[in-house]
Amino acid sequence: MGRATETFYSVIRRQGITRRSFHRFCSLTASSFGLGPLAASKIAHALETKPRMPVIWLHGLECTCCSESFIRSAHPLIKDVLLSMISLDYDDTIMAAAGHQAEAILEETRARHKGRYVLAVEGNAPLNEGGMFCIDGGKPFVERLRWMAESSMAVIAWGTCASWGCVQAAKPNPTGAVPIDKVITEKPIVKVPGCPPIAEVMTGLVTFITTFGRLPELDRQGRPKMFYSERIHDKCYRRSHFDAGQFVEEWDDECARKGYCLYKMGCKGPTTYNACSALRWNGGVSFPIQSGHGCLGCSEDGFWDKGSFYDRLTTIQQFGIEKNADQIGMAAAGVVGLAVAAHAAVTAVKRLTHKPDRAAPKDKPT
Amino acid sequence: MFGRDMPDKAPQNPAAVDAPPTVGGGRGAAYVYEAPVRLWHWVNAAAILVLGVTGYLIGTGTPAMPGEASGNFLFGYIRFTHFSAGYVLGVGFLLRIYWALMGNPHAMQIFCVPLWRSCFWREVYDEMRWYAFLAVEPDRRVGHNRLAQLAMFFMFTQTITFMIVTGFALYGQGAGRDSWQYRLFGWVFAIWPNSQDVHTWHHLGLWVVVTFALVHIYAVIREDIMSERSISSMISGQRQFRD
Repeated sequence: MGRATETFYSVIRRQGITRRSFHRFCSLTASSFGLGPLAASKIAHALETKPRMPVIWLHGLECTCCSESFIRSAHPLIKDVLLSMISLDYDDTIMAAAGHQAEAILEETRARHKGRYVLAVEGNAPLNEGGMFCIDGGKPFVERLRWMAESSMAVIAWGTCASWGCVQAAKPNPTGAVPIDKVITEKPIVKVPGCPPIAEVMTGLVTFITTFGRLPELDRQGRPKMFYSERIHDKCYRRSHFDAGQFVEEWDDECARKGYCLYKMGCKGPTTYNACSALRWNGGVSFPIQSGHGCLGCSEDGFWDKGSFYDRLTTIQQFGIEKNADQIGMAAAGVVGLAVAAHAAVTAVKRLTHKPDRAAPKDKPT
Repeated sequence: MFGRDMPDKAPQNPAAVDAPPTVGGGRGAAYVYEAPVRLWHWVNAAAILVLGVTGYLIGTGTPAMPGEASGNFLFGYIRFTHFSAGYVLGVGFLLRIYWALMGNPHAMQIFCVPLWRSCFWREVYDEMRWYAFLAVEPDRRVGHNRLAQLAMFFMFTQTITFMIVTGFALYGQGAGRDSWQYRLFGWVFAIWPNSQDVHTWHHLGLWVVVTFALVHIYAVIREDIMSERSISSMISGQRQFRD
């Protein structure tokens, strides 16, 4: 919790990071955003002059996997930078303060930086039973969430929990967990879905907001376009096998060993917007498809409720039965086909038995 | 050929539009399906057949192709065929809507069902009696019978509209966020944020079309035999009365 005039640059200099490393980080960030070469100096300038942005990181109903991912941001410098670049005033899982001291920080930031702090929310708020399923500081989390959001500049929804609901909102959702955009309606919300989101996506977003003092361009679903504008499928390195029609049929078959496309094994890459196939995980080491397993679609809405992770056709629950489109469609077509056959048979019988009557007068008025 | 519309295009009693020609004592022919409608019908039927087969293959995947990925493009060709046929269907559907406005009153039947008219429902009832073997004689109407019109509107027109919208939305995902397909149809993902759902409903739409095709083809062949109306009316445009 620094003075309001403290800049990011002064903090990292104090921590012994050289100016050279600082500029290396700026160039790296500029190129990871796809910005021009001049952007690096703009980022450097912004980080040298702008006051550090206060960030409040709240934890609702969640598993902390977003925090775990965040602190593993690949480039060690980025990790160091991020923890000092933003003024992370409150994050109950990693901060030193506890109890009343922690509560005081929250009140103080809210009062001192009114309308200037970013509220990062990990997890979501359960609404059933008055929000009693998630108590934070003696009060339902949903109340704290609303209270902190009121005075914030913008809200970041970390992970699929905050963005879509994730596992706690999966059917039958006993706690009534809802994504945070159902609770906070009057503030701009950036959704960063993923279970967890990629570390570099998280740090990249924070860098963008700190540098430019505004939110990045968002898509229709409220996700930053720079990381969520393409599907896993669009940049998948196994895409050529998809186009060739070379699919894995069984987990231990020859095609699996050859690294063919996992489409028929239920890979959700074609329907999942995320940057895994471009940025990859753990410092660019790998991502699920590269290690031989299909994408689960963890950054998509309701991914727990789409049936098996290993089916291409997912189940339809709207009719009260759990069948996929082919099973429902074939059953319907089968029933109609039988009905047609039966109708044809009756028609034929009728026609044979009534043949003599065909010459009967046909003066039915029209 | 194009000029042989009914002279009066003003809204008419649905019964009057489809009344058989009175001259000739019940025999003769009426010009129902104009050339653009017939052309659209067969192009549309072909496109649906192609879309159905390729769509099913895209949904389930093909058996693995031997050899290197660089030597094969099977799935790519299947998807290309699907998309091309989709464009044919979409453009054809737009032209068909145009013709519904410009053509004869029969051309409007699959887009506008007069559900609010009591005489419409009476005719539906008559038609149901005919199909339930309760009526001895079918209604001798020249255009779509009322039951067919209902099926056309709810199973064909609605489904195809749905398939075109969801199809182009899904195509827009591959074409990218800046494509006109995504700009025009991306709102589908505001309804279903997870496009897996759009895939699922699009796939179910295939089965609605298959079911419709079953009923449609059966009813046409049956009508051809029973009512002695000609199946060739969608070829010549003339509906014959041979009794």
